[in-house]
Amino acid sequence: MLNLFDTRGLRSQLKDSIPVAGLCPTGSYGLQDSMRSGFTSVKNELLPSHPLELSEKNYQPNKDKMNFSTLRNIQGLHAPLKLQMEYRAARQIQRLPFLQSSNLALDTLRGSDESIGFEDILNDPAQSEMMGEPHMMVEYKLGLL
Amino acid sequence: MALSNILETPAAGFNFDNVVRNAALEGLLEEQPPKPLKTGTTIAGLIFKDGVVLGADTRATSSEVVADKMCAKIHYIAPNIYCCGAGTAADTEKTTELLSSNLTIFSLNSGRNPRMVMAVNILQDMLYRYHGNIGANLILGGVDCTGNHLYTVGPWGSVNKVPYLAMGSGDLAALGILEDRFKHDLELEEAKELVRAAIHAGIMCDLGSGNNIDICVITRKGVDYIRPYQESAYKDTRKIKYKYRPGTTPVLTQKVVPLKLEVVQETVQQMDTA
Repeated sequence: MLNLFDTRGLRSQLKDSIPVAGLCPTGSYGLQDSMRSGFTSVKNELLPSHPLELSEKNYQPNKDKMNFSTLRNIQGLHAPLKLQMEYRAARQIQRLPFLQSSNLALDTLRGSDESIGFEDILNDPAQSEMMGEPHMMVEYKLGLL
Repeated sequence: MALSNILETPAAGFNFDNVVRNAALEGLLEEQPPKPLKTGTTIAGLIFKDGVVLGADTRATSSEVVADKMCAKIHYIAPNIYCCGAGTAADTEKTTELLSSNLTIFSLNSGRNPRMVMAVNILQDMLYRYHGNIGANLILGGVDCTGNHLYTVGPWGSVNKVPYLAMGSGDLAALGILEDRFKHDLELEEAKELVRAAIHAGIMCDLGSGNNIDICVITRKGVDYIRPYQESAYKDTRKIKYKYRPGTTPVLTQKVVPLKLEVVQETVQQMDTA
């Protein structure tokens, strides 16, 4: 049923989407952790390992794109333009880079403060056990690094 | 400590990090990987004169072993909507809990009881989004302001609206009984007896279903969740706790030694009451 080596189909989905894996391995000291993630292979790092991985990563952007284009067709260009401006403004209300922000304004605009999905239960970033190095993350954000 | 990378917080939701490792391990290990707990079920539902009757067996299997003899397969969604779940046990539990939370938020916001079509649409969107990877076959039954409804939602997101229904591994046996004896506008007792007979047929003819039968009757006036409606003839008489009543063991002698305590030091700390 699911052919993990069907690269042609997956590659076509990759075209306009956000890249999946970083190019640096995730073990300690930047080395590949063979016990946990198996042997290194270029294919594993570039292509998604599960057919749902890309679909889930792009779900919110795709949904927004579809909604905005429908809105543009119905009400004209001003409607999605105004909404996107509000989203950009709300997205800029953040804490320092190593702290988790509540994104309250963004949630209210999106309507996701009135629904619960798997992204609220599984892998909640507010409860992640690892934190980035504060000084380095702020320097990276300010462009000093 | 070596130079640590700039950390991006992982995205919320499902994490696919272990897929590559699992694929690599499957090639190395010779035996089968452990299978998730499935319910291997018979669930059935039908619409009668005043509402909806849902029924389910209570056995949960993990390959060939019975993992739970008394599992609850009829889940609460809203005061007027209940849902039977077949398939992977964890998936049905979590999906119905999410659905129930979403409907509760909605009814708190709007002050209305949720409708069946809302529940079905939320489920359908959620299951279609994950393309069948969430293995949940659900029968939703409920009574709302528009009438009595019975829907089924498949793991890939397909929806069917029907007057009577059976799902799970024992569905063919249960459907045989339902097809034979179902009539529109049955009375309450006849409807309960028909659902019981359907689940009983599933229990007898399917290895994955068994033990007791649960029945849930939903009407405009309220919900009657009868658990268990019928107990299996092969009841287990082993107890879970072995607690003996005091006096079971005879007392031969008794010696009481009072403990002498004397006050060595006393300090008083004032409590700050403002």
